[in-house]
Amino acid sequence: MRAVTRVEGPAVVIDRPNIDTDQIIPAAWLKRVERTGFGPGLFGAWRGDPDFVLNQPGADLAKVLIAGPNFGCGSSREHAVWALQDFGFDAVVAPSFADIFRGNSIGAGLVTAQADESAVAAIGSALAANPSATVLVDVVDRTVAVPAAGLTFPFALPDYARWRLLEGLDDIGITLRHADAIAGFEQRRPIWLPSSRPQVRAVT
Amino acid sequence: MHNRLFDKVWERHLVASPDGEPPLLYIDLHLVHEVTSPQAFEGLELAGRRVRRPELTVATMDHDVPTLNPDGPITDPLAAEQMARLRKNCEAHGITLYPLGSAEQGVVHVIGPQLGLTQPGMTVVCGDSHTSTHGAFGALAFGIGTTEVEHVLATQTLRQAKPAAMAVTVDGELPPGVSAKDLVLAIIAEIGTHGGTGHVIEYRGAAISSLDMAGRMTVCNMSIEAGARAGMIAPDDVTFAFLEGRTHSPKGTDWERALDDWRSLVTEEGAAFDREVRIDAATLRPVVTWGTNPAQSVTIDDAVPDPASFATDAEQRAAQRALDYMGLMPGTAMRDIAVDTVFIGSCTNGRLADLRAAAAVLRDRKVSPGVRAIVVPGSARVKVDAEAEGLDEVFRSAGFEWRSAGCSMCLGMNGDILAPQERSASTSNRNFEGRQGPGGRTHLVSPAMAAATAVAGRFAAPSDLEGAR
Repeated sequence: MRAVTRVEGPAVVIDRPNIDTDQIIPAAWLKRVERTGFGPGLFGAWRGDPDFVLNQPGADLAKVLIAGPNFGCGSSREHAVWALQDFGFDAVVAPSFADIFRGNSIGAGLVTAQADESAVAAIGSALAANPSATVLVDVVDRTVAVPAAGLTFPFALPDYARWRLLEGLDDIGITLRHADAIAGFEQRRPIWLPSSRPQVRAVT
Repeated sequence: MHNRLFDKVWERHLVASPDGEPPLLYIDLHLVHEVTSPQAFEGLELAGRRVRRPELTVATMDHDVPTLNPDGPITDPLAAEQMARLRKNCEAHGITLYPLGSAEQGVVHVIGPQLGLTQPGMTVVCGDSHTSTHGAFGALAFGIGTTEVEHVLATQTLRQAKPAAMAVTVDGELPPGVSAKDLVLAIIAEIGTHGGTGHVIEYRGAAISSLDMAGRMTVCNMSIEAGARAGMIAPDDVTFAFLEGRTHSPKGTDWERALDDWRSLVTEEGAAFDREVRIDAATLRPVVTWGTNPAQSVTIDDAVPDPASFATDAEQRAAQRALDYMGLMPGTAMRDIAVDTVFIGSCTNGRLADLRAAAAVLRDRKVSPGVRAIVVPGSARVKVDAEAEGLDEVFRSAGFEWRSAGCSMCLGMNGDILAPQERSASTSNRNFEGRQGPGGRTHLVSPAMAAATAVAGRFAAPSDLEGAR
């Protein structure tokens, strides 16, 4: 995973609550066995509407998506994160995120900036007045700003998630530093726990 | 607070709690399917890693398998490629796979419990959000993304910040005709689509204890639709009776030792929760969703709500948008809404008990002319068991198509989809825009309601039908 310290660029606003991962990437796209190539499927059904924000000139340059609460609810498909990244988004700013989506995002290096509802609304208004304004998501300071409008707001991001994003760390590598603890734990597991193989049991 | 069911299961799986890092949780069972795993296996191989505990990993094919002629060639080349990849990955890493055609193949959340792989006090994960289903056994079970699938394959652990705990207590007795599905839809309407975010829900109370395991699985299954990380129900004699004698259940003295342990998996008297919700079962009625998320529901006796009746501007706009998508007018009685398709199946309602409930309504009745009605058993074994009871004949005589096991029209990956603007009554779990096919309009209901709706041609409860029994 590559490190992300700040995301800076044009933004688009989808002012809807409960944007589920079926909308972000429709199921038909889940048949791909790669992690790439999902960009054309992003918001697949909504892209059919010529007025949809991603169909407007310049949307292809957007780096930040501003959305309503409970963004990424529903299916656990990480393909939703890959689709956002493949389209060009490096950060999503919303009042709240669904748990699985947020975990997937951090794992894949997409910044989920959870800001107050009033902050998200103010950013939305600033962008409505000046659609080409740059939005700056700073992972170091945990702030989201629209410098042209003089707006800066804090956002929530757990310390560990911030560290992972800043360092671009591979979770498996970090976990394997605890390999001894894992092996020790495995020795203590109850014998009756299920296994797909017939258990070889020590005679006691 | 370490005296709740959730804490007990959490703490017994803590491998390490390093400073500044989320705790490392051991995973007892990792279920794998064809759609969310290929990139994880690829990542593993690119890094030169192996599956740490293949014997704690079990795979099946469910999301994009054909439900018509499953023994024939797979006509969708992309689906065929995903299934071939899963087969290759399982062979390479020594993972037990129940492929299409196997007697144990089926929806991953149906086969785990059916095989006795899901047991009280375990941690269960799968690259699928409805993994919460397994919490019905007092397991801590939740959905993960593909990067986490790779992490579990490589380490048999997961990094997880500890969620908060919520209690949903359902007092009293469910009225006749009100099922576990109606109950969970009512719970979601009460909590909201993200009322459970960051929480593990423990379902408690007399109405929960009186549910059979199929009903408990239906309730826990939809925890994710309220945003919850997981749903759990304390194991009891109903749980133990379900598990006894299953393929992977403990046997002999192990069974006795396991039982002793499982009986300790209860929330202690007086334990506090971070959030508590109480529901009186006696007030509940059969539920139908009208909108595009599972919290947007009313009872069968109600009408489509007026967006103006919602409190905030944002809610009003969301309701209006949902009605526009669903092609519904405020004030229309739910019983006046005609459907084109009825789908019975899914990890929510594809078990034998669900098929029995639907068949009981359909016996000696016919599907309304013009309604397409499909029943997709949750697993190959559910199908065989249902056929042994003659349920397939009941469905066929009524005019239902009797299909083979898979996720099917729940998410429409396998070609079982709605046409644009087509309206369904579905026993599945999500009524999102386009969930059952682009432009399709989904209403979530229980199996009995789905069956009654198929007969009436419009939304109906079994008690509405002529000669109601």
